Amino acid sequence: MSTDDLALTTRLWFAWLCFFKVLFDARFAARLWGARRALPPSRAEAPTPSPVPATISVAVPERAGALELLALLQREGRLVDFLQQDIAAFSDADVGIAARVVHEGCRRALRAHASVEPVRPEGEGQRVTLAAGFDADAVKLVGDVKGQPPYAGVLRHRGWRVLTIELPQRVGEHDPRIVAPAEVELG
Amino acid sequence: MRFAAGIDLGTTHCAIAVAPLEVEGARPDVVRVPQLVARGQLEALALLPSFLYFAHASEGPQALPWDAHRAFAVGEYARARGADTPTRVVASAKSWLSHPSVDRRAGILPVGAPDDVAKISPVETSKRYLDHLVQAFEAQFGPDARLPDQDVVVTVPASFDAAARELTVEAARQAGFEHLTLLEEPQAALYAWTLAMGDAWRTHVRPGDVVLVIDVGGGTTDFSAIAAIEKDGALELVRVAVGDHILLGGDNMDLALSHLVRHKLESDGNVVDRFQAASLVHACRIAKERLLGDASLDHAPLAVASRGSSLLGATLRSDLTRDDLTRVIVEGFFPRVDADARPATRSRSGLTQLGLPYAADAAVTRHLAAFLGRQARAIEPFAGRAGGALLHPTAVLFNGGVMKAPSLRARVIETLNAWIQQDGGDVVRVLQGADLDLAVARGACMYALVRRGRGLRIRGGTARAYYVGIESAVPAVPGLAPPVSAMCVAPFGMEEGTAAELPPHELGVVVGERCTFRFFGSSVRRSDGAGTILEEWRADELEELPAIEVTLPADGRREGDVVPVRLRPQVTEVGTLRLEAEPLQPLKAGELWQVELSVRSSA
Repeated sequence: MSTDDLALTTRLWFAWLCFFKVLFDARFAARLWGARRALPPSRAEAPTPSPVPATISVAVPERAGALELLALLQREGRLVDFLQQDIAAFSDADVGIAARVVHEGCRRALRAHASVEPVRPEGEGQRVTLAAGFDADAVKLVGDVKGQPPYAGVLRHRGWRVLTIELPQRVGEHDPRIVAPAEVELG
Repeated sequence: MRFAAGIDLGTTHCAIAVAPLEVEGARPDVVRVPQLVARGQLEALALLPSFLYFAHASEGPQALPWDAHRAFAVGEYARARGADTPTRVVASAKSWLSHPSVDRRAGILPVGAPDDVAKISPVETSKRYLDHLVQAFEAQFGPDARLPDQDVVVTVPASFDAAARELTVEAARQAGFEHLTLLEEPQAALYAWTLAMGDAWRTHVRPGDVVLVIDVGGGTTDFSAIAAIEKDGALELVRVAVGDHILLGGDNMDLALSHLVRHKLESDGNVVDRFQAASLVHACRIAKERLLGDASLDHAPLAVASRGSSLLGATLRSDLTRDDLTRVIVEGFFPRVDADARPATRSRSGLTQLGLPYAADAAVTRHLAAFLGRQARAIEPFAGRAGGALLHPTAVLFNGGVMKAPSLRARVIETLNAWIQQDGGDVVRVLQGADLDLAVARGACMYALVRRGRGLRIRGGTARAYYVGIESAVPAVPGLAPPVSAMCVAPFGMEEGTAAELPPHELGVVVGERCTFRFFGSSVRRSDGAGTILEEWRADELEELPAIEVTLPADGRREGDVVPVRLRPQVTEVGTLRLEAEPLQPLKAGELWQVELSVRSSA
């Protein structure tokens, strides 16, 4: 499956996962950092900017939600600023300070716009039993996977399910790719 | 379908709650208000921040789904622009609306706006917030449900005087509201409480109770006392006292904390720019709420991002400690004071900058002590029992965002109980309220239902007695202003929809000229009837209000003639005071001239 085929919901979820993993898992962050360099320029960067951004509202309809989410997380929690900056040269203390800004803002934005609940109510580390016909989208089997249900195993990650998500709506003719305008102070 | 609608037209935010009238037992629901939250981003939020942003021409229209060409924005985006483009943003319009020393119909806002901004008046600003609510309501319920056609209740601070109430109605009329009713915010809070409690509220408030409503919002502090009395075997609620208009609220507290943290940052060698200073206020509010909400924390970390796109290495980091919070907020704004403590007042200097008359004393508890002291006798006419040196509430209802904090509520209750016990009374109960941010809108909607007989109505009438100053005819003495006596033109507690007869004590009005009269209000003189003349009064009994004015058209009379008139007071169904001047010798039947209450004071 090419990354272009990932559904929006999957990407949303993955973006969140990455955000926290990058923050708290230095090895994961380093690997992702490497992967980022190895990737060809993303499609968002690829097209040469048209001289006149005429009818922008129809240009990227299928990504509107993703752009709005990025704009929201940037506005509330400076997420794009954070991810775009090379953190390798900074101390953990510096990263921690910036993470407070990002965490506080993004958490507020998430709570205001989406309701998210764990897929499994049990605590991680508890034993759970999966009956036949369990939802394979919601529960991933890992480890020594074989045989027939019911399965007994240990809950390693509770999973997350987005119950509702509501993003700001676009209104007027604005370029949706601008998730944060440049700011020029006068006077 | 028709609705009962309650509109909280607040200093820092507006909210609207509605309930369908045809559904028996319907409860007020908050209508989320679509608004710009960023450039070109629309979102429906429960609160509409009371901010208005005039976009520069270069920015293009502030399009909304219902208005593609709007040149200004109202709500969250406007609030956010206040931090980076303050001269183009109107804030606290409601405080300007009640500011007696400015012309509230003149384009004065935003203060200090650049030349390309067509400034607007405080009345116009309120009108635009209401316009926005009208449009948001239509966006939700369709073009057939116009908000002005509903049963609308708009709230005002209890401390708003007759002129500020009148101007609020004027703004509403301009926004298309023909039929509306005003309700005092603390009363709305009590209605919201009865709503949240259901029928059980009657077991919590019984005859003999006096409920003190303490409403500390973002910009203002408002006190009211509501007595529960028994009349003909039934419970009645009567609003017996309201406090002064105090411009003091949560915004002051966040600002005070941000000054402290800024000082800490700067003494560590950091430079805090204007943008960061604004973010710092915001960060302080969050840290304050965290510390106030969780007594086990001894500090809350604060981080303020730089303006540029680099976060790492450029983010300012500080801590708000429990000690800071206690010193600045708890001791600064809610100090333990004695019952006879009174707020410091600022001496008025002749030359003041155009600005809001913020409270000179930041201590909410001192303002509260002053209120209870002044209103010590407020319940005597109802309860038939004498108070002490203070009004003794038996229960307290908190309202406003600041009072969400348990530790601040505890401090107020502790201080209050100490005063009352010292004065020979009993400790108060706390009425556990509903959502303090939305209570006023919900309560206002509830009041619209109550007016239709679905619940117990709080009676109250005018919160003040009003007086016209009459200059005595005495020989002039150099250097001494002629003594002024005050004639009561509207007694305390005049109810909506009633008029009073004044004895024919004559006031002379000059034909063809604007005649102004000094005007006074009293929130403590309860027994003066219409026509009572006071030769003298204690300084704290009567408060001088902006002058009132009447203009007699020459129409059939000779210019310059003095025409004797008598005043006819009336409290409208809307809840505003109306004064009319009636000539003693009318040229035609029913000749009446409107007396203008809300003119700019010459002081």
